Amino acid sequence: MHIYLDHNATTRPDPAVVAEMLPCLGEIFGNPSSAHTFGQEARRVADLARQRVAAFLGAHTDEIVFTSGGSEACNQLLHGLARPGRHIVVSGIEHPAVLAPCAALEACGVRITRVAADASGVVHPEAVAAALTPETGLVSVMLVNNDTGVIQPVAEIAKLAHARGVPVHTDAVQAAGKIPVDVRALGVDFLTLSAHKFNGPKGVGALYIRGGRELPPLIRGGGQENRRRAGTENLPGIAGFGKACELAAVRLNGEKTEERKNGRINTGNGGSVDAGNAGTETGELRNYLETKIVELFPDAVVNGAAAERVSNTSLISFPGVNAQALALNLDLAGVAISTGSACSSSSRDPSHVLLAMGRTPQQALEAVRFSVGPGNTAAEIEHALQLLAAAVPRLRKVG
Amino acid sequence: MSTDTVIYVDNNSTTRVAPEVVEAMLPYLNTWYGNPSSPHAFGEVSRKAVEKARGQVAALLGALPEEIIFTGCGTESDNAAILSALENDVKRRKIVTTAVEHPAILSLCKVLQQRGYHIDYVPVDTKGRLNLEHFRQIVSEETAIVSVMWANNESGNLYPVQEIAEIAHAKGALFHTDAVQAVGKIPVNLKDGRIDFLSMSGHKLHAPKGVGVLYRRKGVKFNQFVIGGHQEHGLRAGTENVPGIVGLGRAAELAEQFLYEEQTKVRALRDHLEARLLALCPDPLVNGDPEHRLPNTANISFKYIEGESILMLINQFGICASSGSACTSGSLEPSHVLRAMSVPQIAIHGSIRFSLCRYNTRQEIDTIIEKLPPVIKRLREISPYGR
Repeated sequence: MHIYLDHNATTRPDPAVVAEMLPCLGEIFGNPSSAHTFGQEARRVADLARQRVAAFLGAHTDEIVFTSGGSEACNQLLHGLARPGRHIVVSGIEHPAVLAPCAALEACGVRITRVAADASGVVHPEAVAAALTPETGLVSVMLVNNDTGVIQPVAEIAKLAHARGVPVHTDAVQAAGKIPVDVRALGVDFLTLSAHKFNGPKGVGALYIRGGRELPPLIRGGGQENRRRAGTENLPGIAGFGKACELAAVRLNGEKTEERKNGRINTGNGGSVDAGNAGTETGELRNYLETKIVELFPDAVVNGAAAERVSNTSLISFPGVNAQALALNLDLAGVAISTGSACSSSSRDPSHVLLAMGRTPQQALEAVRFSVGPGNTAAEIEHALQLLAAAVPRLRKVG
Repeated sequence: MSTDTVIYVDNNSTTRVAPEVVEAMLPYLNTWYGNPSSPHAFGEVSRKAVEKARGQVAALLGALPEEIIFTGCGTESDNAAILSALENDVKRRKIVTTAVEHPAILSLCKVLQQRGYHIDYVPVDTKGRLNLEHFRQIVSEETAIVSVMWANNESGNLYPVQEIAEIAHAKGALFHTDAVQAVGKIPVNLKDGRIDFLSMSGHKLHAPKGVGVLYRRKGVKFNQFVIGGHQEHGLRAGTENVPGIVGLGRAAELAEQFLYEEQTKVRALRDHLEARLLALCPDPLVNGDPEHRLPNTANISFKYIEGESILMLINQFGICASSGSACTSGSLEPSHVLRAMSVPQIAIHGSIRFSLCRYNTRQEIDTIIEKLPPVIKRLREISPYGR
């Protein structure tokens, strides 16, 4: 039995996404920059995908720059706006794709302020505003945290920053496909996306640059992407990305297919589905999982539960249990979960997100992340619960 | 447009993905979609697939697996190599490159020049050849890196990169080669050489777009370009494009298998095409060095006429070729490569690049030989510039 509960790490490309990519791996292999028919056919594929991504974000097509992924997009943004002597405000719970470039820029004379989150994982707009100085050239706060799933008040942050004339970026990699992401409603100037986090392919992302904003390229060379990102376009990836956006928009609008209605449980346990979330079934499964875990282990802590969260994510601390050992136990039984961001989990450091929320390193090492997805079933959640019921007490004794 | 009706001879621009490559990729799109950085068993399947591909690419290049870094594209690899060299030796503020490099190098150098770096562009002669003596004179103790492409995308010219690497090293400079056009077409063996950095791109050798490689010789200091997570052994952040990487690994394996065919069958087709066009068209001009050229490339200027007009007319017969590199075509500026070669004004706008691959057939080449000369004749008749 194989159960995948690690959808914040990556997701399965939707069959319709793969179907959209296949022609670009077959007949439509031209270079979009080529003038001949073959190249122009490729150009049209990229144009359609750009329309889909733009529509998904409520943006204009000329505001979308395709990149190789979310990390590249974040690097382009930070390198493009940083100057020696300039000040950048980020939250302490950002993804390494933001925090690591910030650390590198710091070494080059850029001043960085990292705003902590509160105990429930929320970055407060007032705390961000308090960090602004006349030298601040950028505020970057993620829309949804990858570990806790907590939705950040980015629209309010943008309002306060704009009142001081400071542009705002949000890393929306974990938000896309889970909650509506509308650049106008958020009021942000820059936003990053990664296709593989919502059933698109790996190897492609996007940077939204609000019309009128200037941002130099990170990768220089040919004139691709309106001179904002050189390198031959990842056409199959871009096509798949566009389709993933279209599918996510449908899903977020609450249109349910028969397939998704079947095999689901009605939790009826009073676990409320988070407001603003469209992944209702996903939310029911997640809430059921959480409720049962807290029933089984009353001392378990659901991190971020007091805040508004996306419906699929649950970061749970089991006091006295080593999270890595627990994840390994479940893995051996065929259940894939995580001890935090996949990008940093090769290191054994405690989650920087939990530390920024004020947890002790010890507490941070006791948290495992469950992230459910549209493909999960009630039976899978039941099975995972059974494994947890057996593993957690055993690991406590060992501890 | 169906590929059956198309004669695609624009393989230096991009290539068809090999069916074997697609077959290798599909399981990693449909079934094994885990994140290679996830420590669980499902992630490990992807991790192993990436490592297998790393081995396949290393084998093609005569490199060690740990010398291979997967990137988003060849352009990223070029940028990463140059910037890393500058960052790691801040006292050396000079770059030596050539006048005929790809925009991936030239655009970056232009910006670096604005930031106070000194760039030397080694010229080429009318056949597009480089003179090693120029490098001996220009490379100095102030040079951080010398970057010379292995094969030129427009003329197909091959450059003596191993020798130039020696010249760079004699002055303590690093050496980078953009081998995007060379890998898969000619043998590229880094085992005994002194090349420090090499860039390659998947989509030029029948792998998909969206994946490239930076080879970094073991022991050479490298500053990460895309920073973030710990991917690629801490050398390139961002979730790995697993299907693309798997595809590139398979393509590398196939390239090794078909290397002989590239030197024989593809070369024979190119030679046949070039010889017939030279015989059938009025005063043509071959741009490049026939002695040292990729086996697949023929760049021919047809005097007094516009390359774009030729392309438009042969496009009606399904023939896809190129005038100038795809990255710059669209602008009416003549190619910087041909300008560097001092191609005469009457010929510079009328250049067509044919770049073949192992999928081209004799029949396709014969169709080009049949269709092109009348097009040239017709355009010359209406040309305001001459006959």
